[in-house]
Amino acid sequence: MSASALIRLAGITKTYGEGQAAFQALKGIDLAIERGEFVAIMGPSGSGKSTAMNILGCLDVPTTGSYSFEGAQVERLTRNQRALLRRHYLGFVFQGFNLLARTTALENVELPLIYRGEPAASRHAAARKALAEVGLQGWEDHTPGELSGGQQQRVAIARAIVTRPEVLLADEPTGNLDSHTSGEIMDLIAAFNRDLGITVLMVTHEPDVAAYARRVVRFLDGQVDSDRRNQGTA
Amino acid sequence: MLGNTILLALRAIRRNLLRSFLTVLGIVIGVAAVITMVTLGNGATKSVSDQISSMGSNLLIVMPGQRFGPGADAAPPLKTSDVDAIRNQISTARYVAPLASKAVTAVYQANNWSTVVTGTEHDYFAAGNWELASGRVFNEAEERAGKAVCVIGETVRDKLFARQNPVGSEIRIKQFACEVIGLLKSKGQSAMGSDQDDTVLMPLRTVQRRLTGRQDVNRVTVSVSDGTSIDAVKDQITSLLRERRNLTADEDNDFRVMDTRQISETLTSTTRILTALLAAVAAVSLLVGGVGIMNIMLVSVTERTREIGTRLAIGALEREVLLQFLIEAVVLSSLGGLIGIVLAFFASLGLAGLMKLPFLFNPGINLLSFVFSAAIGVIFGYFPARRAAGLNPIDALRHE
Repeated sequence: MSASALIRLAGITKTYGEGQAAFQALKGIDLAIERGEFVAIMGPSGSGKSTAMNILGCLDVPTTGSYSFEGAQVERLTRNQRALLRRHYLGFVFQGFNLLARTTALENVELPLIYRGEPAASRHAAARKALAEVGLQGWEDHTPGELSGGQQQRVAIARAIVTRPEVLLADEPTGNLDSHTSGEIMDLIAAFNRDLGITVLMVTHEPDVAAYARRVVRFLDGQVDSDRRNQGTA
Repeated sequence: MLGNTILLALRAIRRNLLRSFLTVLGIVIGVAAVITMVTLGNGATKSVSDQISSMGSNLLIVMPGQRFGPGADAAPPLKTSDVDAIRNQISTARYVAPLASKAVTAVYQANNWSTVVTGTEHDYFAAGNWELASGRVFNEAEERAGKAVCVIGETVRDKLFARQNPVGSEIRIKQFACEVIGLLKSKGQSAMGSDQDDTVLMPLRTVQRRLTGRQDVNRVTVSVSDGTSIDAVKDQITSLLRERRNLTADEDNDFRVMDTRQISETLTSTTRILTALLAAVAAVSLLVGGVGIMNIMLVSVTERTREIGTRLAIGALEREVLLQFLIEAVVLSSLGGLIGIVLAFFASLGLAGLMKLPFLFNPGINLLSFVFSAAIGVIFGYFPARRAAGLNPIDALRHE
């Protein structure tokens, strides 16, 4: 672990509830992730992998511990500062796609650029390019209801990478897809990691999907159980 | 940031057309109802005060008793001698017309009609702005002699004579026959809603001798000469009558001297109360519209909470999300308010025409209901969103 790690978690705990009902989902996580890595986070249900992912994505805050992102101490940031960090450095892909309903693919992909304040012309161009990159050229005007699950996830990926984020966080990105479509989606994510150097953090419980990653971190009972590198995969 | 947020708000409105339509509809109905009610009510008030001023603005009406209505109090009635005293002693009284009325059945051949005979003097025609369609009014000689002559209104003519000219015919009232010498021009409804054309006018003395059998006068109409203070004449009549009725200084008046302005105030305050009542009912419908909006907003809160979660994850600030919802609410409720105002304009224009009321555009109520509808939209559209935007992004994303 070098001092220049992009992400460094130290002693992260997360407790839900209080007193008797308190449940410690994370019991002290130490983890460092370098720029350009492709990390799969695995583990059984309730192992804390999703909780850790949410903290990594600044969607949730740890109870104790320190989280530094590019040297910034995330646990000290305000709610708005965390939102700005997400806006400028992070891209999200969710298991349930989370596209805006009845909104065209193009407008969905434009959304993060609108929050970044991009002017309309460059926004449209970037969104079209991102859709083309995920293989959805010609589908710009279709709404999520008119797209298959795989296509919807492609739109979600386009929305996540249209800003060229530092880190792409994918929470069970293939959880709702069949194995063939899963492969296509994983090829896309791997390509963005390889070609654009986007760091990818991905939660999955499917070994096939985890095989795309170059590093697999296993969680068990709120702690890191194992952390090893995949051999010879893309 | 504002421009982008407006863009996002408009996109959100567009992609939820049904929800937007229902929101707008609630506001439209409420706003249109309130404005229409108030506008029509104002028209009714105006029409009442117009009718009163058509009676003449310089009229005084003297009645015995202090209160309105039958049998209100046992004040002594006015007498013919009181009328003469007013006529002789108050020089600024231009026309002085006593009135004594009696409900009767008038008969002509096979037709009969229940109406009211009013005994008066020829001054009454001038004081009350009455004109004749044909014939003549009774003269002083006939008044003195108490002759059986009468002038009838349009309604009585219709009921007894159909479309014939009644002048010269004789109608029977009680046990005596009475020659019709004149026909009044139609005046239509009075401010009180009674038919002013349903009347038979006779010399006062005739009515007193043959119908009431008394020297009483129900009321006296006094028309004041132009350029004279109506209040001064009122005071003169009051002190004259107090003297004639032997009232001591510590006794209250047992009669009333009203001017038409006073009557008009009484009546218009009544129509104003009715207008306020109608407006209150309509305001309830505006409120119900607001509750409808709240309902729609709450039903869609699950979908919108997840949407808010998505937006927050993508990097929207809480205040950007809130501003977007605020703009959505303001745009929808203002749109509803505007449509409501336009609808109310045509509805009250049409209804005022049907009800023969004047149409008075009231900017105040238009502005008020617009502001109120905007407030309802903002309150019910914005506050559910505020709760969602305050959630941790992950909780909003996982909202079920």
